[in-house]
Amino acid sequence: MVDTKSRSIELLEILQKECGEGVQDSVIELGDLVVTVAPEDLTKVLTTCKNSPSLAFNLLSDITAVDWMDHRDDRFEVVYQLLSISKLWRLTVKVAVSESKPEIPSVVSLWSGANFLEREVWDMFGIRFQGHPDLRRILMYEEFVGHPLRKDYPLQGKQPRIPLRAPEVENTARNMTRPDLVTIRTKGRAQGIESQSSTK
Amino acid sequence: MNDGKLLEVDVGVGGISTSVRPRALGDDLHSETMVVNLGPAHPATHGTIRIVAELSGEKIVDADIDVGYLHRGFEKMSENVDYNQVMPYTDRLNYVSPAINNFGWCLTIEKLLEVEVPKRAQYIRVILSEISRVADHLTCLGASAMELGAFTVMLYMMEAREDLWDLIEEVTGARLTVSYGRVGGVKDDLTPGFADRARAAFKKVRAHLVNCDRLLTRNRIFIDRMCDIAVISAEEAINMSLTGPMLRGSGVKHDLRKATPYSSYEDFEFDVPVGSKGDNYDRFLVRFAEMEESLKICEQALAKLPEGPIAISDPHVVLVPKDEVYNSIDGMINHFELVMYGVKPPKGSVYNAIEGANGELGFYVVSDGTGRPYRAHVRSPSFIHMGAMRKMILGANISDIVPTFGMINMIGGECDR
Repeated sequence: MVDTKSRSIELLEILQKECGEGVQDSVIELGDLVVTVAPEDLTKVLTTCKNSPSLAFNLLSDITAVDWMDHRDDRFEVVYQLLSISKLWRLTVKVAVSESKPEIPSVVSLWSGANFLEREVWDMFGIRFQGHPDLRRILMYEEFVGHPLRKDYPLQGKQPRIPLRAPEVENTARNMTRPDLVTIRTKGRAQGIESQSSTK
Repeated sequence: MNDGKLLEVDVGVGGISTSVRPRALGDDLHSETMVVNLGPAHPATHGTIRIVAELSGEKIVDADIDVGYLHRGFEKMSENVDYNQVMPYTDRLNYVSPAINNFGWCLTIEKLLEVEVPKRAQYIRVILSEISRVADHLTCLGASAMELGAFTVMLYMMEAREDLWDLIEEVTGARLTVSYGRVGGVKDDLTPGFADRARAAFKKVRAHLVNCDRLLTRNRIFIDRMCDIAVISAEEAINMSLTGPMLRGSGVKHDLRKATPYSSYEDFEFDVPVGSKGDNYDRFLVRFAEMEESLKICEQALAKLPEGPIAISDPHVVLVPKDEVYNSIDGMINHFELVMYGVKPPKGSVYNAIEGANGELGFYVVSDGTGRPYRAHVRSPSFIHMGAMRKMILGANISDIVPTFGMINMIGGECDR
């Protein structure tokens, strides 16, 4: 087995030098380094983690969240798992998110792999990622009520019936919530669409 | 009309933009894009998934990847059962290589408990993981080859997979939903004579692989469909969080079995094959080469298999032997406690990742000190690879969706959980 603890101590020293005040709290849990960051410092700390050559966290492994319900003041905790392929160390970054304002900056501009992961956290926990290019539900359907991985969502929750979608909406998928599809059509390449649909 | 000039089309998601050259057409011809729906049930999507592709001619100018049709709430269910009861659910993540998922979950809980399983159990885990990995790659390559017209290859590969699943069935009692891992060890020891039968099966698998290699690797049709399609550079692959054969196909030599060895992988000699260009053909070659490496690991593990117990002897983690349950009051109490309340790891949270057949398979578990996980999360490689698929197919032909999707090897159960 690799001695992860001494590596984590080494990593913590570099991290404190690079990020300075950004790291609120740090603990070595079962050999892995876990740091807590304030939501406003998140982008700064993660950018440093990615771009600093001595840290080199180039791969975003995972984003998830934990619903602490009544156990903590801030209800949610978003957890980032970073991996450095060159240095082969891992870092867990935790951010507390309050229930009254469940918002946190998106990291899609840093790692494009965060796209689906952030959509999943929004779907499952209802935490909004500011600056996400396409934040909509991913595993559940758009009409789903609530966020299933919250602790107050029942294990066998019943969902209201949804009306049948109009066939053309379902089949062509043009009317999916995709503003970017609309921009493509209006950018001059296919001006015919609007006039054509109006003549039908 | 724009006279065949390059037209910048800004396609929003992920800030990715691409250039398309619309066909110069007369005013009387249709020049608008067409939206084509692949799936949710399409023969070439061997998982339930929908791809909404917007086409200009045959070029894909935009696509929307719609996953989630097989969502069964793995994480919610896991938070309501005890740690060993999650095992059957993990079978149903990547159901082509379920043993790997079992052991990934076990290793995570063992990390929380700060225990290490005996050497023999580690070796058995390695053997079954590698057999499962070969079976997974055979399924991926066989299905993809069939979709590109090479039906014989699929039959050869399914036959090879049958031999491997027979081995898995012999040890675990099931072909797919094995539920073979246990927190603190494995369920049963290998059967007597397993090593000989495994070697015989590997011989047959290798013979099939030679045939498939001859049929595919230098096949003109296959190469034309695979080469230079869905090219991902190494930087892009890392940025898109790709792992496993997808990352190695782009030339990044990263394998968790080598990088951060777990389960005694450091005891075995094997190579990590990498691609050079990052196209579908490279991903195919990487998977093909990995099968041979996995068979090599299996043979080494079978040769060096140490004697000893197959689980730790802590009665608070692993069920005590039956004769102790029936004949001693301690054994009875321990058995009752473990069955009724489950394993109780100390409070804390842990993320542990292993090299699954498709990539980094990670589990994030938060324990509140009770017998049930407070939070259980899977980092499933398929899900993240599907997030990269949009970028991979943009600008390609619609026919390129099929090999690209095949090489991503999305497993519905793992992607949608």
